[in-house]
Amino acid sequence: MTLYEGKTGCAYKVRELSMEEGLMRRLQALGLNEGTGVRVLNRKRKGALILYVRGTRLAVGKHISAHIEVDPEEDER
Amino acid sequence: MKQDRHIHVAFVGNPNCGKTTLFNAVTGAKLKVANWPGVTVEKFEGNIEYEGYQLKLVDTPGIYSLSCYTIEEQVTRKCVQDDDIEAIVNVVDASSLERNLYLTLQLLELGKPVILALNMMDIVKERGMEIDLHRLPEMLGGIPVVPVSAAKRTGLDILLHAVVHHYEEGPKEDVMNYGPDLEQRISRLESMMKDKYPSHAMTRWHAIKLLENDEQVTEEHPMEIAGIVDKSCEKEIIHKKYQYIEEVVAETLFHKEKRAATTDRVDRLLTHPVWGVPLFLCIMALVFFLTFAVGDFLKGGFEAALAWISDGARALLTAASASDWVISLAVDGVIAGVGGILTFLPNIFILFLALGILEDSGYMSRVAYVMDGIMGKVGLSGRAFLPMILGFGCTVPAIMATRALETERDRRKVMVITPFMSCSARLPVYVLFSDMFFPDHPMLPAFSMYVIGLVTAILVALVMNGLEKGKVNDSLLIELPEYKRPNPRTIRVYVWNKLKDYLTKAGTTIFVASIIIWFVLNFGPQGMVAQAADSYGAMIGRLLVPVLAPAGLGMWQIAVALISGLSAKEVVVSSFSVLFGVSNANSAAGMQTILDNLHAVDPGFGALNAFCLMLFVLFYIPCAATIGTVKKESGSLRFTLGLMAFWLIFAWACSAVVFQLGTALL
Repeated sequence: MTLYEGKTGCAYKVRELSMEEGLMRRLQALGLNEGTGVRVLNRKRKGALILYVRGTRLAVGKHISAHIEVDPEEDER
Repeated sequence: MKQDRHIHVAFVGNPNCGKTTLFNAVTGAKLKVANWPGVTVEKFEGNIEYEGYQLKLVDTPGIYSLSCYTIEEQVTRKCVQDDDIEAIVNVVDASSLERNLYLTLQLLELGKPVILALNMMDIVKERGMEIDLHRLPEMLGGIPVVPVSAAKRTGLDILLHAVVHHYEEGPKEDVMNYGPDLEQRISRLESMMKDKYPSHAMTRWHAIKLLENDEQVTEEHPMEIAGIVDKSCEKEIIHKKYQYIEEVVAETLFHKEKRAATTDRVDRLLTHPVWGVPLFLCIMALVFFLTFAVGDFLKGGFEAALAWISDGARALLTAASASDWVISLAVDGVIAGVGGILTFLPNIFILFLALGILEDSGYMSRVAYVMDGIMGKVGLSGRAFLPMILGFGCTVPAIMATRALETERDRRKVMVITPFMSCSARLPVYVLFSDMFFPDHPMLPAFSMYVIGLVTAILVALVMNGLEKGKVNDSLLIELPEYKRPNPRTIRVYVWNKLKDYLTKAGTTIFVASIIIWFVLNFGPQGMVAQAADSYGAMIGRLLVPVLAPAGLGMWQIAVALISGLSAKEVVVSSFSVLFGVSNANSAAGMQTILDNLHAVDPGFGALNAFCLMLFVLFYIPCAATIGTVKKESGSLRFTLGLMAFWLIFAWACSAVVFQLGTALL
């Protein structure tokens, strides 16, 4: 599944980033790499979502979230 | 004596880590503001003396990484790479240590003395987290780690002491080990660099950057790297860094997030899928209400002072038996033109105070998320909304802020619509004409200009998107910082800088414009004229009357005001003051004089005409400074000229339609 399909309050693990080079490098610098755990804090029905990544919050648009392959993860919270 | 010792120190850190607040706290806000060479990113510098050392401190733009994708990154990177910089203070948000340490690891690779300023420790404590201040420096190669609070101004002396001390000791050993494979590649590159560029100081840093396929390094220090560097290296380097950070965090950070952060609770409301947008509109409405209401309340004092100065100057000049034209130039030209603008200072002050508080509290970046849906419908990312909000303050920085947008296409689109966000310079025009022609509800027409501007901006973007039929590229990516109580010091510095800009503008652009207007209105083909109607200004203005008449603005005085408004929008008000010899346009008596004079020219000039004038001022060509910025940022003269034509025609068409419809209906 992609992160775009993620549900509010659920945790996921990034499997793969598939997007253009520049954008991918920016995401990686922000700590979003393969294997990174993320949690969806908030989302709009069709569009942007707020992620919790490595202790910070990121707002990402659909174009990005739809290109991040994730696996669901057991949330410890 | 060490009196002559200078240390050049750069403050580097992520956006929102409190770097600027800390910098202001350390330097005591005695800042020198300049631009970084070649770009219009602001550069802040400050000098202090500490323990016999002269410390020259420079604040760099907030960045997440030392790559060179954004202008901010390029600027910061160039600064820290420079041999001048002898020590780096890395400001780190302790509450998001994990992400902040990524930049730290990159800075350490430069091989310069790095001092870690651990900011926001209060948030860490508040959340019940603990950081092992003994183990953290150990794992970062023995660099000093100093807990500070930028807001409460604690730990500053220890930080400065660490800078001086650590500078004397020199850099520490390498922190990161990238594993045998990468390390072998790095040392091969390093020895190649030593052969090719023997004087090069930062070989390890450059070797790593070469492995990351960094464009700048590859260009500046080209080497035969085929066979050593391959595509996977970069990914591996980032991965190793974060792997190491995970180790550091695991050993130094305890009770991670025991309590749910307040930020999440606030966000549940402010970024609510349904209520987010209405709440944003309410907040902006409140900002403008305060701007008008409180600003008007503070205005009285300014009025009295200005009247006093104006009368005093006239008396003084008369006593000194100055000739009539000198008195006229000083009182009717300069004091009327410049002084009239200064009386709006309270409104401007409140506006920037409110914007500063919104910015510093962390709400601004939420707006990008909240507005992302609406902006997506017009083919822009929510991020494009940030320059637009800045446009409420001043269009020039707003146009510059379009740099944060991904594509040139998006940037240009936002440049087209950003001037429709009423900047603070247009405020005096709105306030004056609303007060004069809508005495019962002056706030309503003024506020409507903000709403009309915003709605029009979005509609124009929608039309542009329809014309292009391009695919929507919604690549919003923005960090949402923790909400925090706005820091009075940061706000003070922010507001003061903005007010200083406004005052500087009054003293330069508006001063010169007032003199030119005075000259154009007091001289004609026959020399100095008694009636402005015989002046050069009137002659030029009359040429435009037939064009402006359908928009309800067919008066040569208005034509003159609008032309002079191209220098700066406040000058529209100044020129009415100069035109009618009013010392303070923003007072009851001044307004009455302007009103009487307008009615003397055209008795039919009423509320509808005034509204059309405000509309025209909202939409027509922005000030010269904005045009210059658009030219510089777009790099295209054709685009800039085309845009100016569009704004002008658009303004005329809107006012004409409203005037014609209004006349027919009312």
